Amino acid sequence: MAEPRDYNDPSDYSKDVSFPFLGLAKGMWVTLKALFTKPPVTMYPQEKEIPVPRARGVIALDVDNCTVCMLCARECPDWCIYIEGHKEEQPPSKPGGKPRARATLDRFDIDYSLCMYCGICVEVCPFDALYWSPEYEYSEEGVSDLLHNKEKLTEWLATVPQPPAVES
Amino acid sequence: MEFFDGFWIQLVLKVAVGLLVILTGALVVIYAEVKIGGHMQTRIGPYYAGGRWGWAQPLADAAKFLQKEDLAPDGADRKVYGFAPYVVMMSALAVFAVIPMGPDLVGADLDVGVYFVLAISSISVLGVLMAGWSSGNKYSLIGGLRAAAQLIAYELPLVLAVVAVVIQASTMSLNGIVEAQNETLFTIGSFDVALPYIFRGQIVSFAIFMIAAVAELSRIPFDMPIAESELTMGYLTEYSGIRFTMFFLGEYASMIGLSAIAATMFLGGYSVPGLEGVSANLGGPIVLLLKVSVLVFVILWIRWTWPRLREDQLQHLAWRWLIPLALVNIAVIAVFKVAF
Amino acid sequence: MTSLDMIHRSEAAVSVELQTPDMTLNIGPQHPSTHGVLRLVAKVDGERIQDVEPVIGYMHRGYEKLSEVRTYAQITALVNRIDWVSGFANEVPFIIGLEKLMGVEAPERAQWIRVILSELARISSHLVFMASYPLELGGTTPLMFALREREYILELIEEVTGGRFHPNFNRVGGVKPAYGGGSTTKKQSMDLPQGFFQRTSDAMDRMDTILDQLSELATGNEIIKMRTVDVGVIPGDKALEYGLTGPNLRASGVGYDLRKADPYLTYDQVEFDVPVGRDGDCYDRYMMRFLEIRESSKIVRQAIDKIPSGPLQAKVPRVLKAPAGQVYSRAENPKGEFGYFIVSEGGKMPYRLKIRSTSFSNLTILPWVLQGQLIPDLVAIMGSLDFVLGDVDR
Repeated sequence: MAEPRDYNDPSDYSKDVSFPFLGLAKGMWVTLKALFTKPPVTMYPQEKEIPVPRARGVIALDVDNCTVCMLCARECPDWCIYIEGHKEEQPPSKPGGKPRARATLDRFDIDYSLCMYCGICVEVCPFDALYWSPEYEYSEEGVSDLLHNKEKLTEWLATVPQPPAVES
Repeated sequence: MEFFDGFWIQLVLKVAVGLLVILTGALVVIYAEVKIGGHMQTRIGPYYAGGRWGWAQPLADAAKFLQKEDLAPDGADRKVYGFAPYVVMMSALAVFAVIPMGPDLVGADLDVGVYFVLAISSISVLGVLMAGWSSGNKYSLIGGLRAAAQLIAYELPLVLAVVAVVIQASTMSLNGIVEAQNETLFTIGSFDVALPYIFRGQIVSFAIFMIAAVAELSRIPFDMPIAESELTMGYLTEYSGIRFTMFFLGEYASMIGLSAIAATMFLGGYSVPGLEGVSANLGGPIVLLLKVSVLVFVILWIRWTWPRLREDQLQHLAWRWLIPLALVNIAVIAVFKVAF
Repeated sequence: MTSLDMIHRSEAAVSVELQTPDMTLNIGPQHPSTHGVLRLVAKVDGERIQDVEPVIGYMHRGYEKLSEVRTYAQITALVNRIDWVSGFANEVPFIIGLEKLMGVEAPERAQWIRVILSELARISSHLVFMASYPLELGGTTPLMFALREREYILELIEEVTGGRFHPNFNRVGGVKPAYGGGSTTKKQSMDLPQGFFQRTSDAMDRMDTILDQLSELATGNEIIKMRTVDVGVIPGDKALEYGLTGPNLRASGVGYDLRKADPYLTYDQVEFDVPVGRDGDCYDRYMMRFLEIRESSKIVRQAIDKIPSGPLQAKVPRVLKAPAGQVYSRAENPKGEFGYFIVSEGGKMPYRLKIRSTSFSNLTILPWVLQGQLIPDLVAIMGSLDFVLGDVDR
């Protein structure tokens, strides 16, 4: 148990309300000073604040790295990633070898109206196919436009920043 | 210019100019409140409406309210509900008939100007009660009852503070009170010094009058009837559209009206030393405007800084502090008036 | 009928009309001051409250049921949203419990980072209180001042974790170590970014300034004292009886703080005081949170000096399976004691997750403390208990 504070300590707070009511006057002085300071306001559409590099704004997809392992779709808490793929025959790497099968992505949609922005999909992907980008201005007028398909997710790849240097 | 000497022409002009000035003034005060309030909270108030300073914001708000649907709640008493805003607006506007803006610029120079002002402004209590009761909503009812108790309680300090000034000025006419403040007290060289009443022993009355005025306006720190965080607008909850605009403009017009009364009685009204004759008629309104602006600024400043008092604390303040203080003040002023 | 009958009848009519029955006022789910969708069915007599019945459940999101079909990593992402004002603090007891169950110990650096982020979450939650409480009492300005300062804290949390309110940064065995699981992203560390210590120390200096401003604007203001002193007095034994925790309990004179009584993470290696109040009125509860901001900024400053370098997460298997067993873990959240009871039968998902949320227990005292109070005092008392409906209803 923490020791109760010594109530006669002068730095302790007082509860009395006595005549000169100086507290009221001090409050008015604070507001008056604030009236003459420049407000720290960023006028949004004209000036924009730059979000920090790690900010979770939107998820970008690198299609070439994706092997359709479905881990991200499985681990998403909302199941908002929709993936469809098929196996394609590729010519053998050496003449006379077996034909190899390579999984190709048909459909990779992320439904941003369901997405929780938790980042589990980015974290579990073993092949560096998903990245976070701090881009946040993608609001749409219809909810169905919030389903970003493969092409749109690849566009976001250009906005992925370099990770910041870490504290040494 | 004989055309302008006719009684009816003068009446129409006075009413039209008066209404225009008052409503424009109310809009300016609304703009000042949101802009000053914004900067006091280190943010910018209105910004987009009307260029960079947002000066058209009150106009935009008024236009928005005027085009709203005429709604009344199901359980409301329609006749009373519809009539209440006009009672409040009327009592706010009628006060301006007696306020002198210059030695000759006054709507009606009544001999009982002060009495008229106090009587008319107390009619707004009825309007508020009508609004609270007829809305058919328990929250509005609570707001209306709180308003009735508060407004009646604070009428008394208002009246008693004014009585002290009337005793000192020996007249109830507002023009007469301004003239009384213009009396020369003493001369320094060739300069006649006249002081407004606030410096001639009425500082206590001024304080009581301002506190009671803020309470009559139901502004923070006395805004229990509205109490946004408890009753979501109290007796005004069910009002929207033009009716709400009437209440809103009425409140700001009252604010200007009561500040003008205070400026006239305590700060010297339209007079400033050195201004005589015709220039007093031209410069008088500007001087009065400056004094009213200072008082209105103080009212706005208080609104954005302090929280609100609880209902029983308000009543405590009025009945146990302000009224005895006002009575003692009257006694002291009367003694001084008779003795000196 | 005779005139006598008519007189009796009219008297009876008059006396029936003059009865003032209790009015049932529904301080409904939509109300500016109930901190969310709380409904209070109050019987009032004029302005005095005779009886209050809180009705909760308008925001029930089914966390405990959802957790039965989510893996541990997914649950960590979800529980941030229980007490949405202090995001990071909701994950901490859950992860501590899982680590106890799995027998994993987090490395030193991870523990210190958790302490820094927990204390930043505490400051953020108390700043929201400082903003909303004077607003409920009618003072509109402290709102803007406190929320403006809170932006600095949220930016710090965002720099490290990527999220302002929902960091999702704790992992079993430490904190999130890297950006992803692939060969490149595994090497990109999620450690504190460069300049973090400088920016944090600047932010703590700003906290001192804002506390001085708020103490002149709100705390020293006589009207706030008149509204909150001797209002809603909760004596110490009643507080213990109803299960109040956190600043509410400490305001009633019981000096119980889990960071001192049962230290977790690295709280035993930092020095700080725990403010304890006297009477248990609203002003004491307000001052508890005010003084705790100062103590938290002391802890953050010590933490950024003492933090060692090292790995961010201990070695854990890729697929998390907790062994069979049960554990109850708790932590000192900004609003009180927050606990998780995890029952696991082996496997990737818990069998049962019971959440002991702070605001639910803090709310149970409302019918007792609101007896006989006026309606403005109801608003003052509810605000001073500082509960969030997401926490109450889960």
